[in-house]
Amino acid sequence: MQNLLAPGHRACAGCSMPTVVRLVLDAAGPNTIVVSPTSCLEVTTTPFPESAWCVPWLHSLFENAAAVASGVEIALKRFHKDANVLVIGGDGSTFDIGMGSNSGMFERGHKVTYVCYDNEAYMNTGVQRSGSTPFCAHTTTTPSGEISLGNPRPKKDMPAIALAHRVPYVATASVAYPVDLRRKVKKAIETQGPSYIQVNAPCITGWTFDAGKTVEIARLAVETGLWPLFEYVNGQLTEVKKVRRPKPVEDYLKSQGRYRHLFKKPGGTEVLKQIQAMADANISKYCLVD
Amino acid sequence: MMKVVEGSYAVAHAAMCCSPDVVSAYPITPQTHIVEHLSQMVADGELDAEFLTVDSEFSALSVLVGASAMGARCYSSTTSQGLALMYEVLYNVSGLRMPVVMTVANRALGAPLNIWNDQQDSVGARDVGWLQLYVENVQEAVDTTPQAYKIAEDMGILTPIMVCMDGFILTHVYEPVELLDKEKVAGFLPAFKPEYVLDPANPKTIGAFADPSTYTEFRYLQFDAQQKALAKIEAVAKEFQETFGRTFGGLIDTYQAEDAEIVLVTMGSVIGTIKDAIDEMRAEGIKVGLVKVRSYRPFPVQALRKALKDAGVIAVIEKDVSIGNEAGLVTDLKAAFYNSKIRTPIIGFTAGLGGRDITVKDIRKITEKASAARKGIESEFEFLDLRTEILP
Repeated sequence: MQNLLAPGHRACAGCSMPTVVRLVLDAAGPNTIVVSPTSCLEVTTTPFPESAWCVPWLHSLFENAAAVASGVEIALKRFHKDANVLVIGGDGSTFDIGMGSNSGMFERGHKVTYVCYDNEAYMNTGVQRSGSTPFCAHTTTTPSGEISLGNPRPKKDMPAIALAHRVPYVATASVAYPVDLRRKVKKAIETQGPSYIQVNAPCITGWTFDAGKTVEIARLAVETGLWPLFEYVNGQLTEVKKVRRPKPVEDYLKSQGRYRHLFKKPGGTEVLKQIQAMADANISKYCLVD
Repeated sequence: MMKVVEGSYAVAHAAMCCSPDVVSAYPITPQTHIVEHLSQMVADGELDAEFLTVDSEFSALSVLVGASAMGARCYSSTTSQGLALMYEVLYNVSGLRMPVVMTVANRALGAPLNIWNDQQDSVGARDVGWLQLYVENVQEAVDTTPQAYKIAEDMGILTPIMVCMDGFILTHVYEPVELLDKEKVAGFLPAFKPEYVLDPANPKTIGAFADPSTYTEFRYLQFDAQQKALAKIEAVAKEFQETFGRTFGGLIDTYQAEDAEIVLVTMGSVIGTIKDAIDEMRAEGIKVGLVKVRSYRPFPVQALRKALKDAGVIAVIEKDVSIGNEAGLVTDLKAAFYNSKIRTPIIGFTAGLGGRDITVKDIRKITEKASAARKGIESEFEFLDLRTEILP
């Protein structure tokens, strides 16, 4: 494996993000330019005068990475050069504050591969709710409490938003399935036009679990049906990762501190049923079980 | 050969002559005609550039961050709410030392919504790290555009520039203009060859974060670059004059100021009216003159001290207000004089807000008030022609 994200970065032990980025860069190769929004990725890899990046890397703001990448791509065209243009950013910038910029890049059809490492909250600022935070997860701005069971809203369906822009390649991936992730990145960068890959990326501090369990938890998200692995090419569902015998969502939820209240508080049982229904809906929608 | 054209066309033509690699555009009144003309030039093959219509002014400038990091010469234009929406990116472009040139078609900011001219938008953005040049007529807007690139792209400066022209008054006026010759501009303005770009063959990290041990030095370097720009703006204006035979001043310009007892200080298109008023008053024996501030950032402290040292009284006229403390230009001018030996009385007028006309009569009134202030300042700062009858 090429090491295009150098060791010595400052991410937490057990963080899935550097693994995701290394896999993405390994698949993309050295002829790649990366734009990153403000994120854990940015602050852990580029404290001046150090940098962990072995490919050209540009950071501007929290909410403009897709527009900045559009500028990189048109400049490549202008100078008759060829390189992969990647955005690698978290869910806060992707789902929320950068939505306008993402929509513009998708709609204009730039040849940019947008990779969201999705840890389902604003982790860099200390675990606040984002549009990607799942139903009833505890965050510091949707805490569980006497009258609250955590985040009151379900996760925003960002892949559907990308598909609504007719983005020709849209996929989900997981840090627990590196071969699948690498293959999807290769397909994405070969796409003529924009592509979007959303990678499940557990956060040890935000989700609260033991640092050795990162991959195990990511795998459970897939095995329960809560994180279906799929791929859309030109708007058509072309591939899903089948789940042989789906595990109950409790197996995934009980291993994380952010759902602890669901197993302790009155009303938690009802929520567990609702989350199971979400997993079942995914299993049915994507035909995850043969 | 002089041609009668619309101000927006003339500026778009000037931008085209600078051979930008990437142009981004988002429509907003009264800047819209500039991007429309540029679009037509691209459609007709007259402008060979990557031209991108985007989803907001915020994206318009963000796109240029990416393109500039690739080594592209970049152009955009905006105004008012659009400039306000860009605010975060403005700091970013200057902090990343990207020599973007942007025309600002000066317009008022809401609320209340108002599409007409004043200079609240760019004066309010005086601290974002961009150089700011204010022009008095369409010809100066044209001539300042290649000058702006030459100043911005200087390796010792590498700082973006706003070329500020009054919206409607200059963007929509038809007047005789000497359009630039592209070949001649190419001789005046060398190709942009930045030292650091995004290149997979030589990977660089651009936009790393700086902690307290280095952040101050990044800011200092920007401050220092603006100080260096003081000499560069003068030099480039002279060089332009040698090549093209025209000048509208470097950091400042003056009109009938040498022996003037009353000196008016201002920026932008109101200068035409002021010159007419001065001619009238001079004919009546009133010793009044003008100092035009062409470069608002960097603020030309020494040039202004020199030009104004013999004035009996100074009246600053400006189309902005610092809601809470006077207005931008008058405050900066007072600060420039405080530690000098100049003890000339200075009074400030905010005028022409939201497109209200400033007339020769207004200038005469200001001159009378300034003259009276020599015997003692009655009001340090005021709103000119305030309609007290409609106030609550």
